[in-house]
Amino acid sequence: MDALDGNAIGGLLREVFGTDMTSAGSVCGTCGAASQVAELAVYLDAPGTVVRCRSCDSVLMVFVKIRERTCVDLLGLAALDT
Amino acid sequence: MSPVSRGFHRRRQDPAANAGRVPPGQYVTRDFPVLSAGPTPHTSLDRWSFSVGRAGQRKTWSWAEFRALPSQDVTVDIHCVTKWTKLDTAWQGVSVDTLLDLAGYDGPFAVAHCDGGYTTNLPVADLRDGKAWVAYAYDGQPLDPEHGGPARLLVPHLYFWKSAKWVRSLELRDTNDPGFWENYGYHIYGDPWREQRYAGD
Amino acid sequence: MAGTALRGRLTWQLAKVTAVAAETASVRTITLDVPDWPGHQAGQHIDIRLTDEDGYVAERSYSIASAPGEPVAITVERLDDGEVSPYLTDELRAGDDLELRGPIGGYFTWEPADGGPLLLLAGGSGVVPLRSILRHRERAGSTVPVRLLYSSRTLDDVIYRRELDQPAPGVEVIHTLTRRQPPGWTGYARHVDAALLAEVAWPADALPLAYACGPTSFVEAVSQALVQSGYPPLRVKTERFGGTGGA
Repeated sequence: MDALDGNAIGGLLREVFGTDMTSAGSVCGTCGAASQVAELAVYLDAPGTVVRCRSCDSVLMVFVKIRERTCVDLLGLAALDT
Repeated sequence: MSPVSRGFHRRRQDPAANAGRVPPGQYVTRDFPVLSAGPTPHTSLDRWSFSVGRAGQRKTWSWAEFRALPSQDVTVDIHCVTKWTKLDTAWQGVSVDTLLDLAGYDGPFAVAHCDGGYTTNLPVADLRDGKAWVAYAYDGQPLDPEHGGPARLLVPHLYFWKSAKWVRSLELRDTNDPGFWENYGYHIYGDPWREQRYAGD
Repeated sequence: MAGTALRGRLTWQLAKVTAVAAETASVRTITLDVPDWPGHQAGQHIDIRLTDEDGYVAERSYSIASAPGEPVAITVERLDDGEVSPYLTDELRAGDDLELRGPIGGYFTWEPADGGPLLLLAGGSGVVPLRSILRHRERAGSTVPVRLLYSSRTLDDVIYRRELDQPAPGVEVIHTLTRRQPPGWTGYARHVDAALLAEVAWPADALPLAYACGPTSFVEAVSQALVQSGYPPLRVKTERFGGTGGA
């Protein structure tokens, strides 16, 4: 299954952050790779959405929607610009 | 509820044909959807191993040793929390009973560890007594990497996120520690017949 | 910049389908009347949401095919085992409502001020947002030189074929047909590779801007080849489409 990219979750990111995030800069907390969110590897479909670093595959963000509430885990990021 | 889209329906079901086999909220699919939280690992068989035990005390099998163990052909229905159910899936694998007995280790709970870092947790009671396998073939063919090959956990009586792909070990524990999806709010147990999708269900 | 709406609440709204037009045997362009549309940028997309009588909901994203200032339109390819695309291409008709939100996306967009020369790389239905860019360029009177490299299986699969056969001044369209070519075809007849790109792409020292869109395998192959040929990674924008699973 090929990963998509951050463009595919543009709507979800708008919901969560209140602004477009696809151009935002991100830094991987594991390997330090810098990337725009649009270029990160995205694994869609429930159970949840997982966003990974393209360089080292580490999990950067996880979004899980349960009963109208979205759980957001950004712990894999060292930095995220808005 | 959003306005209904005229003429839109999800894939139609034939309720009579599958009476009693489809848990609440599920629909029957003929495909085998691939859902992953990450890239497909490709572990070569000469580096693959499977372990059962606890830190410092484990029984490990190489691929050759694992494939020499007694195996079973099983046909089971599987249920994904994303609502698809697939009937009569045919697998070949080693019963987890066999692995636990040969390992000689025990504990009330287990965490499945997988290539790529995925984890899921289960009570050992749900891995015993003919309820679970480490499966290496599907539909008569070696298990495709997309579907968890070389080997995956197969625990059909629970939602399929518990049937961890690319499984490499069962770590026995005294506490029921949540795995990857359980941590984010999916049900700690996951019984499709009681529709236990999310924590609190 | 009027109507780019990159900030603020993104709410679902009901649009009216005004037309469903066939582009190819399996592709339709759906034109919409969106009452509170804030305007969009070339390259952005919308999310659509379908609800059945049991409350089952399916959501998908589609690139906007029309230029800023034109009525919102999306172009959808029917995937045979898809859940949503066959509904959009075969069932939806003028007068129906369609729930959507948008516009979405601030990365994969182009404005004339972004300059060029532009290299647009389309794999199959990846041509949709690139067509929005081409139409926007023409409507804006931009003279930025453009090359569109468009990979399709057969000539019958080429979307917007008539439009692309008569490109605006300064636009070159180069097709490659990967599965079957018509008799007498003298164009490219293979999947895009480094050699093909070397013949078609602007040289790196022209400081071009590239946009690659289509299936993941196509986008990865072309973007890697461009970077290897000297395009700075920041000047190669990518948008990957899924064609399976969630269709």
